[in-house]
Amino acid sequence: MQYMILFTEPQTHFDMRNNPAEAPGYWGAWNAYIGAMAQAGVILNGDGLHGPHTAVTVRVRDGLRQVQDGPYADTKEQLGGYFVIEVADLDAALEWAARSPSAAYGSVEVRPVLPPMSGGAA
Amino acid sequence: MTQDARGAVEAAARISYGRLLAYLSVRSRDLSASEDALSEAFAAALRVWPVAGVPDRPEAWLLTTARRVLSHGERHHRIRQGAAPMIELAYEEAHARAAPDFPDERLKLLFVCAHPDIEPAARTPLMLQTVLGLDAGRIAGAFLTSPAAMGQRLVRAKARIRDKGLIFEVLGPEAMADRLADVLSAIYAAYGTGWDAIAGAEDGVRGLAEEGVFLARLTAALLPNEPEANGLFALILYCEARRPARRDSNGAFIPLGRQNPKLWVRDLIIEAEGLLTRASRSGVFGRFQTEAAIQSVHVQRGVTGVTLTAALIQLYDLLASRHPGLGALVSRAAVYADGGKPASGLTFLDDLPPERVATYQPYWVARAHVLRLLGLAGDAKAALDIAIGLTEDPALQAFLAKGQGKTD
Repeated sequence: MQYMILFTEPQTHFDMRNNPAEAPGYWGAWNAYIGAMAQAGVILNGDGLHGPHTAVTVRVRDGLRQVQDGPYADTKEQLGGYFVIEVADLDAALEWAARSPSAAYGSVEVRPVLPPMSGGAA
Repeated sequence: MTQDARGAVEAAARISYGRLLAYLSVRSRDLSASEDALSEAFAAALRVWPVAGVPDRPEAWLLTTARRVLSHGERHHRIRQGAAPMIELAYEEAHARAAPDFPDERLKLLFVCAHPDIEPAARTPLMLQTVLGLDAGRIAGAFLTSPAAMGQRLVRAKARIRDKGLIFEVLGPEAMADRLADVLSAIYAAYGTGWDAIAGAEDGVRGLAEEGVFLARLTAALLPNEPEANGLFALILYCEARRPARRDSNGAFIPLGRQNPKLWVRDLIIEAEGLLTRASRSGVFGRFQTEAAIQSVHVQRGVTGVTLTAALIQLYDLLASRHPGLGALVSRAAVYADGGKPASGLTFLDDLPPERVATYQPYWVARAHVLRLLGLAGDAKAALDIAIGLTEDPALQAFLAKGQGKTD
């Protein structure tokens, strides 16, 4: 089964990325986590994302394009990265979610990936 | 008055839930229907007791009411509508009749929950729900499963119990011994959910350690002559005794070897030693007795000031030959390394199947420890990084990140 795990983080932790005192610990935790997933062979793909201040949100309403700086929703936690993993079942996916650094300070969402649509590009 | 009545219902639920459900389901052979009937009886108590007063024998009242609901099971919808007269009748009956104490059938319930026809992942949750009345959401959190999935798992298991008549089964001595091992493993699993989760205690991620202690105590009380039931209870008490020493005042993790023995709970250790001594009189090997004996060696440091590594090696060798679980095999490797044989430790670790250890955090912690003792700093660091990546508890992550050593 394929699951996407989405990591959300509060601004305090996005700020750690650029703080020389805190960045090594922040990235070290993610490196260890991603290393453990790689070692277990569950990663299909995934990326970290730049912080929410780099986001641009686009909507088209009544034929008008609306472009807005910032993420689509103003919430305390913002998407920081994602992985698509291949594991036996939801329980295994939740286990990986719980181990992620952001489980302890942000939150992690787990969703099953839809199978490719029939007739779509293979 | 109302407050008293509500308190009485809650107390009855806490003390009697498992006994009432066990008694009802052993007779009706239908766990789900008995649960429904019992919750209806509790709901009725919440309505009736504040008005009519708390009955002299709250358990008898609840039992009578639940049985009445059960016996009218096929006309369930009508009962809901016409509940009041029925409940008054039950109330009268329970008062009038000095009903004898009803037998404790919880052991039967525990054995049904660990039945081979019940999928292993459902056994512990089923025990927690039927004996202790925990709701599926709470259980799901402790087992890191979605509440909906846990609910389905429990429903499936209960349907199996009813459809296959599992409650009615009578066990021979051999099947009984096999099943007891499964019962005890399931209880240990409940306790295990609370062991590493204590970092989150402030955040409400408490795990189910307390519930595990309750079930182990219950099983040892119901089976006082079973060495392994006593062995498991002893093992759990030793672990509980060390709990206050596992974190410092800042919540930082402290490994066993550096815990302050003065913080260990002496009364629990004494109780555990008594249980283990009683169990060992049987002279028969048992996994839980051996694991309890290992804990006993560790707590002796509180008296002697040293850890007897040779004794630990002996006990782990025994476990490895008689009950080679992954946890025991990994701990054995670490103990060999501590006893001056890190090369043997590494061999033991290398012999374990890679697919079994890929996500087993203690393996990577032990591997890092053994490699460091062998002077292979680079390899040790790589193993430690994987261990950190597999660790859920931030306090434990922080401890490992300092690269200080093993965690048990």
